[in-house]
Amino acid sequence: MMSEMSPPTRRELLTMIGNAGGAAAMYQAMSAMGHAAETQFTGPPNLSGARRGASVLVLGAGLAGLVAAFELAKAGYKVQVLEYQDRPGGRNYSIRGGDKVVEVGGASQTVGFAPGNYLNPGPWRIPHHHRTLLHYCKAFGVELEPFIQLNHDAFVHRSGAFGGKPQRYKELAVDFKGHVSELLSKSLNAGQLDTSVTKEDKEKLLQAMRDWGLLDGNLDYTTSMLASGQRGYDQAPGGGIKGAPTPSKINSLTDVLSSEVWTQMSFYFNYVMQTTMFQPKGGMDMIGKGFYREVGKMVRLNTKVIKLAQDDKGVTADWQDLKTGQMGESKADYCVCTIPLPVLSQLDMQVGPKLKAAMRAVPYSSQVKIGLEMKSRFWEEKYSIYGGHSFTNQAISLISYPNNNMFKDGPAVLVGAYANGLPGLQLTAMTHDQRIEAALAQGSVFHPAEYRREFSNGASVAWPRLPWILGCTSRWSDEARAEHYQNLVAFDGRIALAGEHASYIGGWMEGSLLSGIDAVKRLHMMASAA
Amino acid sequence: MKPALVLTGAALFAAASGGANAQDAPGAGPGNVQVSDEGKEIFEQVCQACHMADAKGGGEPGARIPALANNPRLQEPNYGVIILLKGRGGMPWFTDLLTQAQMAAVLTYVRSHFNNYPDPITEADVKKLAVNPPPIPD
Repeated sequence: MMSEMSPPTRRELLTMIGNAGGAAAMYQAMSAMGHAAETQFTGPPNLSGARRGASVLVLGAGLAGLVAAFELAKAGYKVQVLEYQDRPGGRNYSIRGGDKVVEVGGASQTVGFAPGNYLNPGPWRIPHHHRTLLHYCKAFGVELEPFIQLNHDAFVHRSGAFGGKPQRYKELAVDFKGHVSELLSKSLNAGQLDTSVTKEDKEKLLQAMRDWGLLDGNLDYTTSMLASGQRGYDQAPGGGIKGAPTPSKINSLTDVLSSEVWTQMSFYFNYVMQTTMFQPKGGMDMIGKGFYREVGKMVRLNTKVIKLAQDDKGVTADWQDLKTGQMGESKADYCVCTIPLPVLSQLDMQVGPKLKAAMRAVPYSSQVKIGLEMKSRFWEEKYSIYGGHSFTNQAISLISYPNNNMFKDGPAVLVGAYANGLPGLQLTAMTHDQRIEAALAQGSVFHPAEYRREFSNGASVAWPRLPWILGCTSRWSDEARAEHYQNLVAFDGRIALAGEHASYIGGWMEGSLLSGIDAVKRLHMMASAA
Repeated sequence: MKPALVLTGAALFAAASGGANAQDAPGAGPGNVQVSDEGKEIFEQVCQACHMADAKGGGEPGARIPALANNPRLQEPNYGVIILLKGRGGMPWFTDLLTQAQMAAVLTYVRSHFNNYPDPITEADVKKLAVNPPPIPD
């Protein structure tokens, strides 16, 4: 409660505003205080005073399980974590030279990357508003570097546009806004929008279209030094006698439309895709390793959970050690279960029908990532491309250039495919060698002279075939969300589920962490009341 | 009060992310990846990603991908149709990836080639069930 003596805290003030004006007023006030929209993270949970000897069993050492273990242990709980794989991190995962990727069906690759090189098969970029993740990175000393998202100099390829020749993003994007501005300004000038805009706004809009679209005095978007100032020059400005630049030729509206460049322009506007984005130096798995340094001694790796039971006293997990074959059981007062749903829904688990139905209601997506190690950084040296993505409508969907080691000599790993949906299934359905061949054939459109010549080796990760998850990320339908989500996140007796699937930030590490934190907060309340 | 606030946040999130799906995505826009209209090829391009080339599924006990081959549940003609329309467990719905004709073609292939159920599934069968699909079979 608010004290008479001290000014209200922000939370107290917001509660007062909320009581007086309802949620909308509270939301508005939160926005005004710069406190809304960006994140639901309000700092790590403050779980003080665990009952002496109270224990929690955490299933899964991905980020949701690791954050749960870390925060519970900090509060004084006795924690044990069981992890199926021989490493912590779950989908927080990087593969390097010598690592094995084994698929359902037994297909196996050994990654051939040079020392220091890696592929992040799962998460690979971190939005600046994923404050929970950034908090723990800082706390554990995980060094972050920029992930180059929007690169104006990268390419856009559409099989049906420009005779299949990739175009620079900046040229298409500038031409797109130029042509659209020309059309809008001419419509405005012809009075065709007079019923929609006031006279005052019409003048401002005309000015805006002229400035933004780089239009000339006739409201035309034309080949000009003005347009070249954004889309680039035929001869770039230089020094001395021949220093004068020459303009580049703009593309026609028809050609620009055939490139569908608006799909990329729009992509970069997405809340989760906006700059600034980050990646951990040295590989995404630095985050899981950061947690593991704190809680590693509580984690039992290579341990397959076979059965999860509960009664009014506690939970019991039956497990098998995958190295020794030894069977065992672990008991605790409570359980935080982060096993991904395609596997969890097959577990012999003592929970009610509502949770069981929820676990079966969420399909997983079919991402594929391919890493291609190239002998040199030709994209930098020949094309002036430093990080960022070149997009294509072929199955590989994009190639993405490395954000680390710029200007260095020696081999570097490109993301040679990042596919989902139908393209993801198509690439998954291939053998590893077929996937690499498809990635080389399709990626060659961007760098035809260099792509195969500089290729050294490739790794492919097809998520539907990874035996420990059988898919990549949860994919809630609106219908399933309405019917099952609250049942999925609610405690069933002494068991709570956590993970990206138990969040509204599906497929992001932030969702895993916020879900894990929410589960341990509720667990702590329950345990404290017991 | 609190639930209302949560809903507001969620609605804004969905709107700001430019679509229902705010997951990480390649962002390449519409692809030109075509799926064949022929049952066998649809199986090879799509279904075998998970169910494997021999349609026998795979994985370890406790983390299995179900077999389509010799699967008695496929005898019931509607069974496969409902699952393609609505998904089941980890398997997504295919309404946004395959046409109703393609669903019929691939089900006909799977039921006849990997099982002994030669009667075809027609596009009309799929269309009829798609209007108001029955619950997903357990």
